[in-house]
Amino acid sequence: MIKVVDLFKSFKDHEVLSGVNLTIASGCSTALIGGSGQGKSILLKHIIGLLRPDKGKVLVDNQDISKLRRRPRKQLKERFGIVFQGGALFDSLTVFDNVAFPLREKTRLKEPVIRDKVLHELSRVGLSGAENKYPSEISGGMKKRVALARCLIMNPEIVLFDEPTAGLDPLIGKAIHRMIWECQKSFKFTALIVTHEIPAIFSIVDNIAMLYNGKIIFTGTPEEIRASQDPVVHQFIHGELEGPISLK
Amino acid sequence: MSWILIPFKIIGSYTHRFIRELGRMACFIAVSLFWMVFPPYLLQRVIKQVHFIGVKTTPVIVLTGSFTGMVLALQTYYALAKFGAESSLGPVVALSLIRELGPVISALMVTGCAGSALTAEIGIMRITEQIDALDAMALNPHKYLIVPNIIAGILSLPLLNAIFVVLGVFGGYAISVGLMDLSSGTYFQGIRDFIKTKDIFEGLCKSLSFGFLITWISCYKGYFTGYGAEGVSKSTIQSVVLSSVLILIWDYFMTSIMIL
Repeated sequence: MIKVVDLFKSFKDHEVLSGVNLTIASGCSTALIGGSGQGKSILLKHIIGLLRPDKGKVLVDNQDISKLRRRPRKQLKERFGIVFQGGALFDSLTVFDNVAFPLREKTRLKEPVIRDKVLHELSRVGLSGAENKYPSEISGGMKKRVALARCLIMNPEIVLFDEPTAGLDPLIGKAIHRMIWECQKSFKFTALIVTHEIPAIFSIVDNIAMLYNGKIIFTGTPEEIRASQDPVVHQFIHGELEGPISLK
Repeated sequence: MSWILIPFKIIGSYTHRFIRELGRMACFIAVSLFWMVFPPYLLQRVIKQVHFIGVKTTPVIVLTGSFTGMVLALQTYYALAKFGAESSLGPVVALSLIRELGPVISALMVTGCAGSALTAEIGIMRITEQIDALDAMALNPHKYLIVPNIIAGILSLPLLNAIFVVLGVFGGYAISVGLMDLSSGTYFQGIRDFIKTKDIFEGLCKSLSFGFLITWISCYKGYFTGYGAEGVSKSTIQSVVLSSVLILIWDYFMTSIMIL
């Protein structure tokens, strides 16, 4: 279980997170929604330990990730996988080498075994035949799928997705959502998906959390968020221009 | 705030930023040196970076080394002829190249070629979240990215310096013998008589320290780059300027320590 407790983070004078409290149950998928610039990706980076909070803590199975020593921290991080917004593929490596990268660096598997695993993973995300291409030669949707394959090849227990369908056409977006849903159901990993895809995301996740003004203002199931009478939540999920959320 | 205090505020702010930057640079290199000592040793990455820093800069070193030796021979011959001391041309050219010009110019060339490329590469990795991806995979970015570059810099610079000096000496030889009618024996005998192992050792020590300095600055500027393409561009310029200036300053201190 991941528990975010009273998390604060500021950059210079700008407070991005102002006391976030969030619980993510093991084996469930949770969507984190909220307006642009509300700090969703910042929260994600705190959960995986890429950023240290100014105040508060992130507990993963009751271990505070920012206070762990080097080795246990490394062990904890090995349980995570993350799909970054832009894919964060290594642009000097081919698609094959990108997916093989964690296996080569973190395991002692022989090259033929790595090859089989990578080809299997690439076929699962529908990228057979693209293994010799470089990230600059493939589309945005393909990059996201390569990033997904690179993340899943290590069988992580917790997977964080930072806007996995941003900038993609609706069909590719839907295909990626389905892929995430299928993988989550078959591998039973804990998933946290930062997204703006409303209401499409409601059909693939178990829980929704909404971040607004640096705080989590709603947590519940997709049905509960649909029925929510909170004016901020209502305005956001229905995309209404009139309401308490001001457009900056 | 009173107008009298404004200059103090500006000076204080600059001093604070300068000290903070120095502290951050010191922490950066301390962490990198820490990870340099502990396994796993990424030998393949080091070899790749030696190829990147060393082999790819070799053509530039070959050209600049030859022409530096040639122009040095021309200028020195012109000066020595005034005193009738043309026979000293060989040792003067060789000493200048071995002790000073070889290490400094080869370091400046590496800064321009490989140092700038390193900053840009690491900077782009930073802004496209590739460094975060490494960290998220529980791979230490210092260990994986920075340490191999620093080791490669320390290994490559003395070798590049050696190539520079040898070609410079032969460039000087071509001018002295081919153009100025100095005898081949006079040129090389002078070098043999006056150049000591200590001179070569000191030149190599300088280039080794320059290799460390260049890769430290280049990696640091890339690792803490600003936002977007403009941020990477600024970091690259800062890296080249700072490395070049520090090479010359550090060269002065090393020379004074070695000579005194």
